[in-house]
Amino acid sequence: MKKLAFSLTALLAFGSIAALAAEAPKSVKIDLSNPGPYFTGDGSDAINANCTACHSAEMVLAQPALSRAAWQAEVGKMMKVYKASVDEQDIPAIVEYLSKVRGNGS
Amino acid sequence: MYSLNRRRFLLTASAAATLPKLARAQSSIDLGLPGGNGVHTLTKAGEFGQKSEGLILQRTRAPLLETPMSVFDEGVFTPNDKFYVRWHWADIPDSVDAEAFRLTVRGHTGKTLSLSLRELMALPRFEIAAVNQCSGNSRGFFAPRVPGGEWGNGAMGNARWTGVRLKDLLDHAGVKPGARQVRFNGLDQPTSPDGPDFMKSLTIDHARDGEVMVAYAMNGRPLPLLNGFPLRLVVPGWYATYWVKMLNDIEVLDKEDENFWMKTAYKIPDRPFATMRPDEKDVPVVPISRMLPRSFITNIPAQSRIAATAPVKARGIAFGGDSGVKEVDFSTDDGKSWQTAKLGKDEGTYGFRRWEADFTLPGPGAHTLKVRCTNTRGETQPDQPNWNPSGYMRSVIEATPVEAV
Repeated sequence: MKKLAFSLTALLAFGSIAALAAEAPKSVKIDLSNPGPYFTGDGSDAINANCTACHSAEMVLAQPALSRAAWQAEVGKMMKVYKASVDEQDIPAIVEYLSKVRGNGS
Repeated sequence: MYSLNRRRFLLTASAAATLPKLARAQSSIDLGLPGGNGVHTLTKAGEFGQKSEGLILQRTRAPLLETPMSVFDEGVFTPNDKFYVRWHWADIPDSVDAEAFRLTVRGHTGKTLSLSLRELMALPRFEIAAVNQCSGNSRGFFAPRVPGGEWGNGAMGNARWTGVRLKDLLDHAGVKPGARQVRFNGLDQPTSPDGPDFMKSLTIDHARDGEVMVAYAMNGRPLPLLNGFPLRLVVPGWYATYWVKMLNDIEVLDKEDENFWMKTAYKIPDRPFATMRPDEKDVPVVPISRMLPRSFITNIPAQSRIAATAPVKARGIAFGGDSGVKEVDFSTDDGKSWQTAKLGKDEGTYGFRRWEADFTLPGPGAHTLKVRCTNTRGETQPDQPNWNPSGYMRSVIEATPVEAV
């Protein structure tokens, strides 16, 4: 990609008003290392192993009660759309866990 | 609407003023979603960088933080440390070097720009008040419920944004004939190896409308990192999905953007209020775009106990969507009759507007309060809620059940 040098003088020249140069913001660093909660309880190994690389557990556990088919579709969407590297062999255990903790019985 | 840990308040005009403090003292909140499961812990100070304590913790990683309704009662500008947070991917830089950062403008242009923050801030300054609202704000109230971020009504906020017009940047780069769209990308990255990088696009005409801007400050301060430091796109009147955070790349395209986040995601039924029946199939869809009018009562939570036959003041916020607020109406009888609310100062077409109404409930028992906004286009909030499988664009007249005692 061709990058052209771009001077401050040129910048100031093209505006109708050379606004007062605002003080440049300071660098910022925050701590984003908290992984957040994992899934707990019986059968949570598969979902923790496959899903928590991308997200913590809260939003999943805050879902309305969904059918087994809906949970299967959610897992499929994570894999197909968001390219989550889920071990195919673990899918039944993940769906089973979700249907147990946030299932609607259907 | 919210019930604060099922605590009931006897509400008078003076008691209402103390609600925000009470809300902050709570450690969890129940969003009161249909079918339940709406209890969330509240954030602790320092837990999410510059964000305050008391935000509704929807997810730690990638962060989803909701602003409690009580915050909107404090004023029409949402404080930066209480402004909601929404990220798709968890790979968010935890630091940005303000000296090394560059914004690139490139693609179907005469030249490529690479701008430091100092250079950007030396450009003609543009400022606008505008509501930033998640496409899925209030998704948790959809009936039947739909999967997704189960937000209450607090995935929104209003700020005064300061920065430069996108038009100025594009003009300087020199948009070539045949430009169709402008695509925006930020520093966040997918957490899965082949996951789709989050990018959004606007048409070239929209990008050059003189209101779409690149903001380096909100409410007079640098953006909190989780709201997009150092730069974010501001698209007044449009849903927040377009307001790309940590914006570092602007690409002019000579064709339609086919990336996942434009072509597949964030689609709505191509109908008024983006609504359909849950059993409908093959409904034509279009990309989500402009916002619709909404309004909220901010000083009276659902299930409040209110003194009957005594004067009470209701107040709240309204916004017109992609136009200004023309009128706000208030009802104490579930929408059978309406009184015109008094509007507060107009801080700008796209921002929150304060409203107030005095009322007296006629006698003890259950009552339903409602508030309704009409925008300057003449669009009014609908009586019936919309529904779509993604939980987008809720804009129904909200009801607040209360008990007069």
